[in-house]
Amino acid sequence: MSAPVYAPEAAVAPALSTRLARRLHRGRVLPIITVLAVLLAVWCAGTVYMNAPRSIEMLERQGPDWTFQQLLDATWSMDRPVVPTPVQVFTDIWQNTVEREISSRRSLIFHSWVTLSSTMLGFAMGTVLGIVIAVAMVYVRTLDRSLMPWVIASQTVPILAIAPMIVVVLGNIGLTGVVPKAIISSYLSFFPVAIGMVKGLRSPDPLQLDLLSTYSATRSQTFWKLRWPASMPFLFPSLKIGVALALVGAIVGELPTGAQAGLGARLLTGSYYGQMVQLWSALVMSAVLALLCVFAVTAAEKMVVAAHGGRR
Amino acid sequence: MTVTRLYPLLMVVPLAAIVLMLPAGAVAEGPGYLIEDGRHALVALLALALLLAGLMMPDKGGRIASTAALGTAGFLAGLLLLLRLHEGLGFRWNGGAAWTVLLLICGLLWVTMERLSALPGRITMILVPAVFGGMLVYFWEIFTVGFSVPQILLPAPSVIYATFMADLATLWVDFEQTYIRSAVPGFLMGCGAGFLTAIAIDRSPFLQRGLLPLGSLVSAMPIVGIAPIMVMWFGFDWHSKAAVVVVMTFFPMLVNTTAGLQAASAMEHDLMRSYAASYGQALVKLRLPTALPHMFNALKLNSTLALIGAIVAEFFGTPIYGMGFRISTEVQRLNVDKVWATIAVAALAGSISYGLLALLERKTTFWHPSQRKANT
Repeated sequence: MSAPVYAPEAAVAPALSTRLARRLHRGRVLPIITVLAVLLAVWCAGTVYMNAPRSIEMLERQGPDWTFQQLLDATWSMDRPVVPTPVQVFTDIWQNTVEREISSRRSLIFHSWVTLSSTMLGFAMGTVLGIVIAVAMVYVRTLDRSLMPWVIASQTVPILAIAPMIVVVLGNIGLTGVVPKAIISSYLSFFPVAIGMVKGLRSPDPLQLDLLSTYSATRSQTFWKLRWPASMPFLFPSLKIGVALALVGAIVGELPTGAQAGLGARLLTGSYYGQMVQLWSALVMSAVLALLCVFAVTAAEKMVVAAHGGRR
Repeated sequence: MTVTRLYPLLMVVPLAAIVLMLPAGAVAEGPGYLIEDGRHALVALLALALLLAGLMMPDKGGRIASTAALGTAGFLAGLLLLLRLHEGLGFRWNGGAAWTVLLLICGLLWVTMERLSALPGRITMILVPAVFGGMLVYFWEIFTVGFSVPQILLPAPSVIYATFMADLATLWVDFEQTYIRSAVPGFLMGCGAGFLTAIAIDRSPFLQRGLLPLGSLVSAMPIVGIAPIMVMWFGFDWHSKAAVVVVMTFFPMLVNTTAGLQAASAMEHDLMRSYAASYGQALVKLRLPTALPHMFNALKLNSTLALIGAIVAEFFGTPIYGMGFRISTEVQRLNVDKVWATIAVAALAGSISYGLLALLERKTTFWHPSQRKANT
């Protein structure tokens, strides 16, 4: 027998009997569901493990003879658990979104809206800034040489870490509410847009640029008819990263506002008062929000690609 | 020397005379001028001489020399203005001379950068951004001092530098706690775990298809939000911060390594197969090297994420030192200069780690197209 010969395709799983099973196996749905199920199981097991000490203490008080079943029940139904169960978290989200008035201070929809509005403003500002920087860098050589290292260096400043200070300082000069958070979001989201757009605006090859110059196209014609459309496939992936970063920026920007409103404020109060269920549901909610934002950008991408008559 | 070469002399000298005669700002007793004593006059004369020399130098062979002369002239003019500002000269809107000098400095440095970026060579690649960065810091200093911006809003770079130097001991303790004890171990563990997981799921396309979408999904999520949970689980000391950093750095590393492991082309795979290479041999000799550029992307991204994670996690509970602790407490005491000194440390640490990784990348992936010297 010789050593097994290297063959990447050989790693594909064994054949399955039915066609449906094979399709499920080859597709992405089954793997994702499997991984999610494993994660959920780990979560439940983790709940038992982390809540066990306090539950055992409680059960010991009631009597010395308790069963494992009782322990499970106790860990999964604690009032103030160390780790809430998935059911507790989703019940909390359900109660605070569907069953509560939107105007209520405890409505998660209200808090999500506060976060989302500053995310959107910051994202818009960051996108415009990123595009302007990219256009300037593509057309002005001095800026290309001088600005690029600083654009990269700007992201080594841990802006998230100083976000609370920025909010406090801007609050001191009367800028409160959405704007300070939006500034943090835009600082984070301009970077991927600028980097992606520089690549995108440079993506037309010399042949295409030569063609336009044989048409004696002006600089603005070259920009709008060639460079800008050519940069679209680069713009949207950057926007997806940018919108996710903008959301992170908005949430961290809400931490120091004295727990007034927003998902960040929910995180902070949850952490201060040991309300783990509230904290986890705010986390899950922000994840959902992130997904919605990325999906919105994807939808916009599809529309733009369709409008350009493209197929990708 | 032709007559046209004398034009700068005819234009610059009268202009300079007018600017130096005009009040540039306000001092306690009344209007202040740019030149008050011999030192100022000396600097101004030197700047003027260099400016004229730079403008009148013949084009042939004088390009580098004239660029240097113009740049130095701009630097000296900036120095003069800075000196006068620190001696108590505040800008006024009618202080036309100060604005003219500022405009002149701006123009001179721009011309210098423009000429420098036309020159080839690696030195200009460093020099041009350096001049630009210096200009940014200079304007920051000029405007914060000149308009006496309240320190709470934005302290001047000189103030930050003074605080930085005075507080070195405290800053070092904070740095040690946050960077050396939290960020670096977290970074190593997170990236290591991401890398090992990528290798482990490499032979299972099923797991890859399950984990990768989730991995990119998690990258879109605000992971710093788990900081309070980690603080609750692992306590106030560095363990909880390292845990946050591990979670933050794990997924980018996993996703990028997996993508990188698939970067080798079919031709290269075929070559390996024709050599009858085993899985391990192909991994070490072909696929890991081709994955390196992707892995370095993740490592560079993670180096900044690690610092952010460690600092933000400290907002949720910490011992009485650490950069996050310093930032949040000094903000509440309105000692903004100390906050900025800490930010400077963070920015320095972030830039240096990024730079080191970039250097390592250049040394190990010199064969990759993105590292080759552009021949345009």
